Amino acid sequence: MRLPAQPGERIDRDRPVVFTYEGKQVHGFEGDTVGSALFAGGRRVFTRSFKYHRPRGLLCCSGHCPNCMMQVDGVPNVRVCAEPLRAGMRVSAQNVRGSLERDLMAVTDKVGGPFTPVGFYYRTMIRPRRAWPLYERFLRSAAGLGKVDKHGRRTGRFDSENRHVDVLVIGGGGAGLRAAREASARGDMVVLVDEGPDHLTHELGAEPFETLAPARAIGIYEGGLVPVDAGSILYRFRAERIVVATGAVEQPLLFPGNDLVGVMLPGAVRRLVDYWSLRPGERAVVLSADERGLEAVAALERAGTEVVRAFDLRAEHVNQIAARGRKGRVQTLNVDGNEIACDLVVMSGGRQPAYSLLSQAGARVEYDAARGIFVPTDLPENVEAVGAVAGDVGSAAVPAATFNGAGGKGKCFVCVCEDVTDKDVKRAIAEGFDSIELAKRYTTVTMGPCQGKLCHLPSIRLYARENETDEATIGTTTARPPWTPVSLGLLAGRPHEPTKRTSIHHRHKELGARIMWTGVWRRPHSYGDPKAEAKAVHDSLGLIDVSTLGKMLVKGPDAADFLDRLYPNRYTDLKVDRIRYGVLGTDGGRIMDDGTIARLDDETFYVTTTSTGADKVLEWFEWWNAVWHMDVEIVDVTGALAAVNVAGPRARELMERVTDLDVSNDAFKYLDARRALVAGVPSLILRIGFVGELGYEIHCSSPYGPYLWDTILEQGQDFAVRPFGLEPQRILRLEKMHILIGQDTDSESNPLEANMPWIVKFEKDDFVGKWSLEHVQERGFREQLVGFEMGDGLGAVPPEGGQIVINGRPGGRITSSRWSPELRRVIGMAWVPASLAHADAEIAIKMNGGLEKGRVRLAPFFDPEGTHLRS
Amino acid sequence: MTFLLPCPNCGARDVNEFAYQGEVTKRPKESPSFRELTSYLYFRENVAGVQREWWYHRLGCGLWFQAERDTRTNEVLLTELVEPRREGAAGPEAPAIPDTPAV
Repeated sequence: MRLPAQPGERIDRDRPVVFTYEGKQVHGFEGDTVGSALFAGGRRVFTRSFKYHRPRGLLCCSGHCPNCMMQVDGVPNVRVCAEPLRAGMRVSAQNVRGSLERDLMAVTDKVGGPFTPVGFYYRTMIRPRRAWPLYERFLRSAAGLGKVDKHGRRTGRFDSENRHVDVLVIGGGGAGLRAAREASARGDMVVLVDEGPDHLTHELGAEPFETLAPARAIGIYEGGLVPVDAGSILYRFRAERIVVATGAVEQPLLFPGNDLVGVMLPGAVRRLVDYWSLRPGERAVVLSADERGLEAVAALERAGTEVVRAFDLRAEHVNQIAARGRKGRVQTLNVDGNEIACDLVVMSGGRQPAYSLLSQAGARVEYDAARGIFVPTDLPENVEAVGAVAGDVGSAAVPAATFNGAGGKGKCFVCVCEDVTDKDVKRAIAEGFDSIELAKRYTTVTMGPCQGKLCHLPSIRLYARENETDEATIGTTTARPPWTPVSLGLLAGRPHEPTKRTSIHHRHKELGARIMWTGVWRRPHSYGDPKAEAKAVHDSLGLIDVSTLGKMLVKGPDAADFLDRLYPNRYTDLKVDRIRYGVLGTDGGRIMDDGTIARLDDETFYVTTTSTGADKVLEWFEWWNAVWHMDVEIVDVTGALAAVNVAGPRARELMERVTDLDVSNDAFKYLDARRALVAGVPSLILRIGFVGELGYEIHCSSPYGPYLWDTILEQGQDFAVRPFGLEPQRILRLEKMHILIGQDTDSESNPLEANMPWIVKFEKDDFVGKWSLEHVQERGFREQLVGFEMGDGLGAVPPEGGQIVINGRPGGRITSSRWSPELRRVIGMAWVPASLAHADAEIAIKMNGGLEKGRVRLAPFFDPEGTHLRS
Repeated sequence: MTFLLPCPNCGARDVNEFAYQGEVTKRPKESPSFRELTSYLYFRENVAGVQREWWYHRLGCGLWFQAERDTRTNEVLLTELVEPRREGAAGPEAPAIPDTPAV
């Protein structure tokens, strides 16, 4: 039912909008909110309350309170009073078993009292302990508001955007608008943010500054960061100056029955009448501590509501107020013994400046006893408050903390979000929660969806009275973001999982590789048969894409000295075109990364790192040189270069086919580096052998990667060349007992105990980690990284991370374990006490609930003399 | 932390672009005692006040620099590059040398 058309109404009666509520069609108009359209259709009960499931109706009509939260198009907790109506919306009630009119859970309101005192979940449902799962199941199903579809798909996209402006104005009311215009006239770049369009007093686009609406400032963070929720975009504002014009929030009065449907704040009345031409009720009583309630009288009269009585609490002294209702809707208001029949109660407890954002920015908040409100003061630099939020809220009577009703029946709500009554607050105080911060956490007043907008001030009044002190002594609780509710999707932003793929990646996909994550890289686990792939490398020829290796050029007159300081071994004496293995360590002596270093000329080194360590090593190099200022440049060429490794007994024959370079063992020895054309592609060839067989690692410009890959597969056809993935590579390197950083080492491992004492050159003057390694040497080894093997045949493989048991206690751990098809036994690596770190020592490995025997090995399982590598 | 940090190269940027690498420590000179070594490796001043510290512009230009920041307020008093070591100084001894974040 609408009132006759009136000037200024926001609805366009020529443009009807159809949506559904609980599956049934409802009609509204363009310009309606979901709430106003439902109200027009006769709906008065909008929600059931959080704990007691009491019927609740429109209270503030400004998107602050929890009384109209519904599920809209699958999104829970939408405040429908402020949600613009769109055709086809699907709206339904939330937090009810049944319907809003008949909610089974409402039984908690009738009989739940003794079971649901404040903090009840800490104490009533804890015994007997056994029954907790039962309680928990019940509580979990009863708790919470709304439902999220667990299997739901993403329906929108969220993004964030950084903005830098001269002036950010928060709030588009009169004061905010003035401030924006003034700043704009001064030539400042201004953005005005408003919850609107409801509150906007100017036309969008008609001003010389940018307006974001509807958009909400979530908070003011450190450094003046203001995140603004604009629906699907989170703007991160930084402004030279922030003008806060958030206005003031109308405060409720505390009396029994103050949550009944039909009890409203004056703003709600004004909006229903003026914006949407609705009659808020038939017979109204007004209780007002300031002008606002009395202004509502005029609106009510325009709407044809009979105003039975209007109490101006500034002039009239009222002791007792109580509302009574039927089926949750107000029917009578009793004021000092006079029973007044009504279906609408307008209550106005004054206006509290919405100072939260200012407080977050660092302002102090002071109680103004004369006006009964908290006002912000001592604003930080660059933050300004204008209008009502600065305390410009007119005069008001300070209402009583609570009005008791005659007979004292009926609940008096301090906090409608969390269903906290005055009795709960009094009880908390009686239990000793005298500090406002503690009482807040215990009672959860101000912690609900309204974030204290409607309950902060009244609750402090109540604390003050019950503690027999004043509001200034009680003080306020800390204002924290978010000041308005914000969706998790907005905070999460766009799902973004950085992924790197090599230039040869699509070839792996074409070959049917099983792809896995390694750090940020996507790499082939195998091409279907890891064991056969490993065998191909031993028997003939394998090809693996190792483009993911970190690759750096270290160049300059000091390059060799630079590496000498960083690595425990020596590079100044590395000959040009030769390669040396390096283990990078910290000053604490811990292993950080490893890789090979090739000297390309006197001043140029080509450094490779592990695939996941590339960024870290680059940072590390740069960090040290930020102090040393050595004459050396470091260039990361990881992404610029592709690399493949051809390995197997027939690797040399293959190389002969693809390059003119003399690849004979005399001309191109193990650990030699050569630059040559490979299949016509300018390449750097490193003769190294991570997988234990004769191998050439070919590095070339990334775009040539696929071509190089194709050529090798083609030229190697009659050698039965086979691409192999990471898993076969892991088997092969384990056979050779080559360590994997991060797999066989952790953040405590040092190269000495990791069984690589040969790499530490103590005779060098200094290097990063020298002193710590000297200390390890002095104190003696505690544990050591060793190889182990188990029995013959097809034994079960112990789990990586599994225990080594010594005298019934954990004494070591397995870091790698595989079944080796080549050696036909289980092999692995493990950390064992130094006393067991000798060949043939027997270890007990925990697996399958029992203990299995293993034997320590110090030399590589495969080709211990390295003849395969060197020949 | 949401404050702005002035990169000596790029100017003021959101602190989230940077990696914080702890207070500046002093690397001992040649052959420290065990106590000196462990103090250097594991002990930090952890001041409530102005601290000199390392930052790395990880999501920016990749520059390492030092800042003086009040740890209580996150007010950044200055940022600057580390001065080159004095002429003639030998070996890796330097006025201040970082240690790994994962010692």
